[in-house]
Amino acid sequence: MRRYAADVAVLARKDLMLELRARDTLPAMLLFVISALVVFHFALPSHSSDLAAKGLLWVAIVFTALVGLTRAFVAEREQRLIDGLLLAPCDRSAIWLAKAISVLAFLGAAEVVALPAYAAFFSGIGWSTVAAVALADIGIVAVGTLLAAVAAVSRTRELILPLLFLPLAIPVVIGGVGASVVGSPGRYLGFLCLYDAVFAIISWASFEYVVTE
Amino acid sequence: MTTVLLGGAVALIFFYAPVDQDGLNQKIFYFHVPIALTSYACFGWGALKAFQHLWKRTPGADLESYVAIHQGVIFGAMTLVTGSIWAKVRWGVWWVWGDEQLVLFLVLFLFYCAYFMLRFSVDPGPQRANLCAVYALFGVVLIPISFLAIRLANSYIHPTVFTSNGPQMATSQLATFCVAWAAMLSLAYFLYRFELAGKRLDADLKELRELLA
Amino acid sequence: MTAVEPPVIRARGLGKRYGDKRVLAALDFEIESKGFMLVTGPNGSGKTTLLRLCAGLAIPTSGELEVTAPRETIGFAGHEPLVYRELTAIENLDLYGRLYRVPERRERIGMLLERFGLWEARNERAGSFSRGMQQRLSLCRALLHEPALLVLDEPYSGLDDAGAELLDRELAELRPGATFLVATHDPARLMPLASSRLGFA
Repeated sequence: MRRYAADVAVLARKDLMLELRARDTLPAMLLFVISALVVFHFALPSHSSDLAAKGLLWVAIVFTALVGLTRAFVAEREQRLIDGLLLAPCDRSAIWLAKAISVLAFLGAAEVVALPAYAAFFSGIGWSTVAAVALADIGIVAVGTLLAAVAAVSRTRELILPLLFLPLAIPVVIGGVGASVVGSPGRYLGFLCLYDAVFAIISWASFEYVVTE
Repeated sequence: MTTVLLGGAVALIFFYAPVDQDGLNQKIFYFHVPIALTSYACFGWGALKAFQHLWKRTPGADLESYVAIHQGVIFGAMTLVTGSIWAKVRWGVWWVWGDEQLVLFLVLFLFYCAYFMLRFSVDPGPQRANLCAVYALFGVVLIPISFLAIRLANSYIHPTVFTSNGPQMATSQLATFCVAWAAMLSLAYFLYRFELAGKRLDADLKELRELLA
Repeated sequence: MTAVEPPVIRARGLGKRYGDKRVLAALDFEIESKGFMLVTGPNGSGKTTLLRLCAGLAIPTSGELEVTAPRETIGFAGHEPLVYRELTAIENLDLYGRLYRVPERRERIGMLLERFGLWEARNERAGSFSRGMQQRLSLCRALLHEPALLVLDEPYSGLDDAGAELLDRELAELRPGATFLVATHDPARLMPLASSRLGFA
């Protein structure tokens, strides 16, 4: 158990270090989410409700996550670096967990900027929205990281990831929008927890198969 | 066998089952729902085979999983078409977001179309079999999760929910329904065996050619 | 000491196919402990696939392959250096050193970098290295955890004369203490070390 945690920490630290050096994922996500919010301002006619804008916030989050996920396995895919990690004596699911943690960190950082920006551009957000975003992030990242590894094997790569990911993101959007717009968000938050638990477990368990040749 | 059942089902649907207050369009119910249930059965079977592939490395399970999902998608498309026709005659529009089953099928249809995209964008081999099996398992988990999500969504999107089942079924209706369902299942099974036989023949031929070369 | 040790690698009817393409078929061989097997053959004959199978990077589609050496005792160097381009030489080795739990990591890394002539470049990005330097770094990575089974795929590729001589010396020194599986298309160089040879047509 401690070995496992240590492996995950080493691998996640490596991803953060790579990002610190290359600086291509996080700035891209930040720029993307702000641009998306600006586009949404013009997509909403002046009398549309705040509720519509809440929905668009979720669209922004899902697609920003996609931007990050597309980059998740780029370093490992180029020059088959994933082999180096597979050779190492760590449990293979640790590779998934570490990658998910680093993507979660990027997505969280992007949202730390995006949520206040949203509040400034559109309308204030309550604690239930923040809680829903945090819960949704976990589910999005769990599923997305596994699918990013799947997409890294395919010929079409960046093209196929959204196709694989979006049908699975629909329940997250439903849970998130529900929690942001209704008065008593308990049910929706509970649903997001369920989604996180179920998909985190099957993603964790199936990663080994995805990278096996 | 399949032909007899299908013929019987059609005969029962048009000559035996009573016309209820919905009028003639009620007839499509006997196609729509059995097709939908058959489609679920195919997806479930495909996931079971996927699981066998991952867990026990059963040879051929990958192909069986793929063929089952292929049938599932065909029946899923038919569900969408018949559902759309039903919506048109019943509510006067081609698409109702309030019909949970129909919306769920749209999500699943998108998901399994992505499955095909994935399958065709990875070179054949053990890794592709693994990726597809993992994705098929995600699908079978997505079914109840999406169902739940769509239920939840209706409470903030639609104040009233249309039910697909309508009034209680009379015995004659139930009998007709069961025969129709059996017919659809056997049709799916026939198509499954047929496609499987074709694909296996293909593989055998390739092997033979390789041996001769 | 005199007890007969089981072979480190044993293959029975080993086969690997990628989809429709058969890469290896019905292969039988054994490498005894401390053995040195040379795998030779033209490009595309399946050498790399065999090595990837033995290193645990792929699983066979038919037959049996028994590798008694656990994963943490296998050292693998292949076509790609398997180092992150954005990280420096030292950071790359440090990453692997942590994953393999190498004792006295820093000293070991420093010694290897020195021996392979990379000490001066230790703080440069691996991406800025020449092909030969990357190969040297790759060898450092493969030897980092003092593996008992070394799987080397064309270890001399990209190395200049000095690098090749360095590797000669290194292999000669490691030869008594480890088991080797080495693929090469230049068997003359390694023939004196080899205890067996597997030739692909």
